[in-house]
Amino acid sequence: MQAGAHAEVHAGHHEPTSFWRKYIFSVDHKVIGKQYLTLGFAMAIIGGFTAFLIRWQLAWPETEAPILGLMQESGFFGPDQYNAFVTMHGTIMIFFVAMPILLGGFGNYFLPLMVGAPDMAFPRLNMMSFWTIFVASCILTASWFVPGGPAAGGWTSYPPLSADPNLSGVNWGGHLWLLAIIVEFASFLMGGVNFMVTTINMRAPGLSLWRLPLFVWMEITAAVLFMLSVGPIAAGGIMLLLDRTMGTGFFLPARGGDPLLFQHLFWFFGHPEVYVVLLPGFGMILEVLPVFSRKPVYGYKAIIYSTIAAGILSFVVWAHHMFVSGIDARLATPFSITTILISVPFAVMMFSMIATLWGASIRFATPMLFALSTLATFLVGGVTGIFLGSAAIDIYLHGTYYVVAHFHYTLFPSVFLGGFTGLYYWFPKMTGRMMNETLGKLHCLITTVSFNCVFIPLFFVGIAGHMRRIYNPLQYEFLKEIQPTHVFVTYAAIVLILAQSLLVINIVWSYFAGEVAGDNPWNANTLEWATSSPPPHINFETVPTVYRDPYDFSEPGAKQDWTPQWVPSVRGVS
Amino acid sequence: MGSWFPENISTYGGDLDSLYYFVYYVVGAWFVAAEVLLFYLMIRYRRRAGHPAQYIRGDTWSQLAWVLVPTIIVFGLDMVIEAKSGPLWARIKEVDHFPTSGVEVHVSGKQFQWEFTYPGPDGKFGTDDDLTIGDELHVPVNKNILLDLQAKDVLHSFFLPNVRLKQDAVPGRTIKMWFNATKPGEYEVVCAELCGFGHSGMKGAFFVHTPEEYDKWVSERWPATAKAASTNDTAS
Repeated sequence: MQAGAHAEVHAGHHEPTSFWRKYIFSVDHKVIGKQYLTLGFAMAIIGGFTAFLIRWQLAWPETEAPILGLMQESGFFGPDQYNAFVTMHGTIMIFFVAMPILLGGFGNYFLPLMVGAPDMAFPRLNMMSFWTIFVASCILTASWFVPGGPAAGGWTSYPPLSADPNLSGVNWGGHLWLLAIIVEFASFLMGGVNFMVTTINMRAPGLSLWRLPLFVWMEITAAVLFMLSVGPIAAGGIMLLLDRTMGTGFFLPARGGDPLLFQHLFWFFGHPEVYVVLLPGFGMILEVLPVFSRKPVYGYKAIIYSTIAAGILSFVVWAHHMFVSGIDARLATPFSITTILISVPFAVMMFSMIATLWGASIRFATPMLFALSTLATFLVGGVTGIFLGSAAIDIYLHGTYYVVAHFHYTLFPSVFLGGFTGLYYWFPKMTGRMMNETLGKLHCLITTVSFNCVFIPLFFVGIAGHMRRIYNPLQYEFLKEIQPTHVFVTYAAIVLILAQSLLVINIVWSYFAGEVAGDNPWNANTLEWATSSPPPHINFETVPTVYRDPYDFSEPGAKQDWTPQWVPSVRGVS
Repeated sequence: MGSWFPENISTYGGDLDSLYYFVYYVVGAWFVAAEVLLFYLMIRYRRRAGHPAQYIRGDTWSQLAWVLVPTIIVFGLDMVIEAKSGPLWARIKEVDHFPTSGVEVHVSGKQFQWEFTYPGPDGKFGTDDDLTIGDELHVPVNKNILLDLQAKDVLHSFFLPNVRLKQDAVPGRTIKMWFNATKPGEYEVVCAELCGFGHSGMKGAFFVHTPEEYDKWVSERWPATAKAASTNDTAS
């Protein structure tokens, strides 16, 4: 073991020269991070296109959708295909966009840099985790092409609909969906082990846990939450696969099973999973807020304790997804209380982020604009959770567009607005070049405005009683009046999707022609800025020693308004 | 916002809407305060020459009070919301709190139809005069309606938007529900849980009848009402 670990570290010193070892089967966490980001963005194109088709159908039911006609006989699609789009949109966005980008991408690239490590603790395991999720993505993508089409039972895949091909008409698509999810879980288990071991064992000298950047805290909390919660859903997925293929009856009443068992297993994982994709987004805006405010984060330890508290609470709230599912009605109130209590740690985090701006000197560069947009937008998602957390109100709002709007307001800020925050902030470190500020600000403005134009109206649509996952709202008398709202929302969604071309243009242009960044273009303090941009193969020429907290900005007595973690004395900066 | 809710026609729906508005004003006030503060701080502390940032770490108790005191108030308001929500949930959903008598109807969801079974004049299920109708729920106004909900194949969700009642139907289980409709008219009963390719459009008509209309509907459905009732009496 000892010898093997030594050989690993030693091997890491030599940068591979062959194309395959350097760019494809690389063990360098930075290359793997970029592979995850590429995979996430590629899957986001499919996820975004399915969102477009869903919106098209809701605004102009049963008309010919553009672009789709190029891929199949015509742009018309029926309810079976609509259900498949809904299912694949959710699955792709959560498991193949949010997690690869936030954990696999930014986590892989920046966690070792921020803790001052030459690489992840287990570089080969890291490579394997990427190629495992790559296989999972291939399996999921392949399911579009099998007879019967892809899974169409919703991203929650509730049995009995998902347990018996005769009930859904989806055969191989359902098998492949489950297989893809299970393989994806295996991938993130490997990643989670790496995150934890790297953070615990490979921190630079002087970097105590209480000096870790908040992004690292958020990433490892997310990794721990994932690893503790994934067991039940992996078991549930395998049981469901057995029900589908082997004729077992874990979830089928006719064979002695219980459909609700799957919901318990799913949501025991599902709620911590929400924080798995939420916390890294928070971590990124918490890196950006102090740098562009030139102030320490307000209540650093309070944020960490709140994060851990929210993580623990997330294991005892799962039945709030099941208030009207048929569970014992007396269970609702205890779960309603734990759910509403989640607002306490999140209030601490939100208030601390806002208080960070107090007495600041704010520079509104693109990363900061995205961070503030994330914060302002996430607040909507936070407060609307209180409505749904009340079991009584949930009777009416459950399963409506109110829920859809609520969780898009929590996940979109974290994954996309937070992800863009991280991308604009760290792009100079990853490529050595700055991104274009004008394009970036325009991208931020249009994305924020159009996102709100999509999802604010959907709260009202939900209040009108509009069920999610229905193919054609015009079939219902009580929904006819809200059709113009659907049209407006679809236009806004098209703007939101098209606005992302600004990001693509900016990335391509900046990569080749952006201003040269230098090591520390934002005058930031954390260790990733101690090395060159982009960092060399083993990250640091000499391993830095850490002397101070991660956010020592504007410290009294310092010559300049930032004091990096690797600087011994306030007056030592030259 | 009020205009977005479909018209409420149940005895407890008004209380649910009131609870919604209570939460709306409470969290709405906090939301507005937080956003206003955020934008105020953004403008007030934008970078200006001669105004360097202050070194405030927010790690002393007196500084943390700015975060913790509002959080304690949030906690208090959470408990108030829960205190209002719990009893209302119990009234609508917990069988112990249901009305003890009323008009009984059995509901069954199947791909892709709601079936309603009425016990007929004898008031008992499982007898010859039971009547099962697809996609039509008929109830009298101002009476307690007691429903037994089942599903034949997959999950469905029984949803009466105007009554503010929703309950998933689970194969293998019988789940009890109740409501009391206060306004006659024709409404919709829909399915709110994805149940397959025909999920969209799985809906039926929901009739709330005046007493006279209800009697008329009953006598049309069971024309031999009087005769059957007397036969039953004789038999027992």
